[in-house]
Amino acid sequence: MYFLLELKEGLAISFKAIRANKMRSVLTMLGIVIGIVSVTVMATAIEGINRAFEESAAAFGPNVMYVQRFQWASNEDWETIRNRKPLEAYYVDRIQRRATLLNAVAPVVFTGRRVAYGTKSVENAIISGTTDQYIYASGTLLKDGRFFTAEESAGGRLVCVIGGTIVENLFPAEDPVGKTIRVAGHPFTVVGTMEKQGGLFGEFTSDLRIHIPIDAFDTRFGDRHDVMIQVGVADKQKMEDAAIELEGIMRNIRHIAPGKPNDFGINQQEILMQVFGPISLVIASIGLFITGLSLFVGGIGIMNIMFVSVTERTREIGIRKAIGAKRRTILIQFLTEAAALCLLGGLIGLAIAFPLSLIVDQFLPTAMPLSVVFIAILISLTVGLISGFLPAYRAARMDPVEALRHE
Amino acid sequence: MNIIELTNIEKTYDMGGAEQVQALQGISLTLTKNEYVAIMGPSGSGKSTLMNIIGCLDTPTKGSYLFNGLSVSDMNDNELAKIRNKEIGFVFQTFNLLPRSDALHNVELPLIYGGIPSGERKRRAMETLENVQLGDRVHHKPNELSGGQRQRVAVARALVTKPSIILADEPTGNLDSKTGEEIMALFEDLHRQGNTIILVTHEADIAEHAHRVIRLRDGKVESDAPMVKRKKAGAPATA
Repeated sequence: MYFLLELKEGLAISFKAIRANKMRSVLTMLGIVIGIVSVTVMATAIEGINRAFEESAAAFGPNVMYVQRFQWASNEDWETIRNRKPLEAYYVDRIQRRATLLNAVAPVVFTGRRVAYGTKSVENAIISGTTDQYIYASGTLLKDGRFFTAEESAGGRLVCVIGGTIVENLFPAEDPVGKTIRVAGHPFTVVGTMEKQGGLFGEFTSDLRIHIPIDAFDTRFGDRHDVMIQVGVADKQKMEDAAIELEGIMRNIRHIAPGKPNDFGINQQEILMQVFGPISLVIASIGLFITGLSLFVGGIGIMNIMFVSVTERTREIGIRKAIGAKRRTILIQFLTEAAALCLLGGLIGLAIAFPLSLIVDQFLPTAMPLSVVFIAILISLTVGLISGFLPAYRAARMDPVEALRHE
Repeated sequence: MNIIELTNIEKTYDMGGAEQVQALQGISLTLTKNEYVAIMGPSGSGKSTLMNIIGCLDTPTKGSYLFNGLSVSDMNDNELAKIRNKEIGFVFQTFNLLPRSDALHNVELPLIYGGIPSGERKRRAMETLENVQLGDRVHHKPNELSGGQRQRVAVARALVTKPSIILADEPTGNLDSKTGEEIMALFEDLHRQGNTIILVTHEADIAEHAHRVIRLRDGKVESDAPMVKRKKAGAPATA
């Protein structure tokens, strides 16, 4: 109760003092304003980078596992990986027969080829040979038309489903469904298109792809390719169990003796997140450290001006002490003043940072997180209390007799 | 009962190194309720030091100081602040009002430090300002008031906590003689109402308003006697 009274009086005095020295207060606050603006904009940008990565990684599908010869982000050397037996398309049937937690398994083989429609073409399209199951075993969605059917897949028909970038390049103004494109000279009829994914990995996972039946792939583009097996897990919550089950099946298929290491990798988007996590942390730490420096400089400015303020008001401090202000009262008064200056600076900083964050939003998928707003307010308060402490402590300890004698 | 009881008070200042200045050299005196005392002495006599000690702004180096029976010599900073707040009303030569606050807030200030809730605070401050005939000036800031009015605000601030003593240090020093007389008349009123007043001054005609005079010289009590009223004010001061 008494503390609140002191705080209220402290606030009233602060605003009087800030008003009485408008120019000085504004200049001092400027340091905090700049500090808060840079910290919040940086935090917003970092949030944007994280979100951009998360959204990009989502292209791999949260419930999809990729069986390959190597493990993502591992330090297995290239020599070892190259000498491993390739994965075979027949694994798909064996996996399907034995797995209980998977709802779709699809082989995928790749090659890069030129595709063309009329006068338009894409040089480096990714031709992926797969089965009708692919659409259930990937992180991508169909946009128009349909995916190819089991019959088309089994029969190796010349049909294809094309990614977003291919659509944009070959069919800027037409509906691609039903048209026939040429893939390295072979005619394929478009039966469907995929949703454009964008992001960091979108071109690779979907946008630049042309999905065709794997048998058509083998006959047109050769069958000596390393096969990747994509697996869709029925229940996203059971990803770990499914990975363990799949590992067992794969070890069995590839006859790996107990105790020997895997000669294949079971990959999922989670791995990318695990790799990115520490990188993002480093970016965030460096970014916030550098911008934090400007806040530190702002804090020094506050401390400096508070020392000036205390010296100027020595007599006032003496008067207050003579009529009964305790040390604590004086301490609170000056701390409140420093905190009020910083808080005001922080709020102004936020008001400037908010429109800036909207500009950042043009480049990165972000918005100033509410947490950043609260943290910014908290930080400016803390800076005020820390930088105000020494001057306030000096004021509180003044000898009333000396202070009253001060001119 | 004695409000103030000083016994062999000494105050020594370190002037750096081994050099020391003994401002008070064994002062003993007692004050009872409703006394009106003037402390006089030339500059350097120790009267400021004595006033600071009586006002609990400073503590003696040696000797005992009992205020209403409580030993001030042993008090810490907070306890001293409390005594100053509740028991002592200061009136300074230079008024010492807060320049950015209006009269009302200046008078309220000791009550704020005393933890009095807002409503009662305002009421008491208003009442006290009316007592010193400033009821119509409560929202004026010090620079909008005349010297005499400022000093009356200061007196109101000293009175508002109903202190045991009022300690006035050269209260007329910055006023012309006419306003000075008005302030002295105000003190007379306060004394008649039962207040205890200590007046520190070097002007004999101001000291004459008191009923007892303590003269200091070189840090010692030179004389302590009831005021002998001269027939007429205006004769040159002898002290």
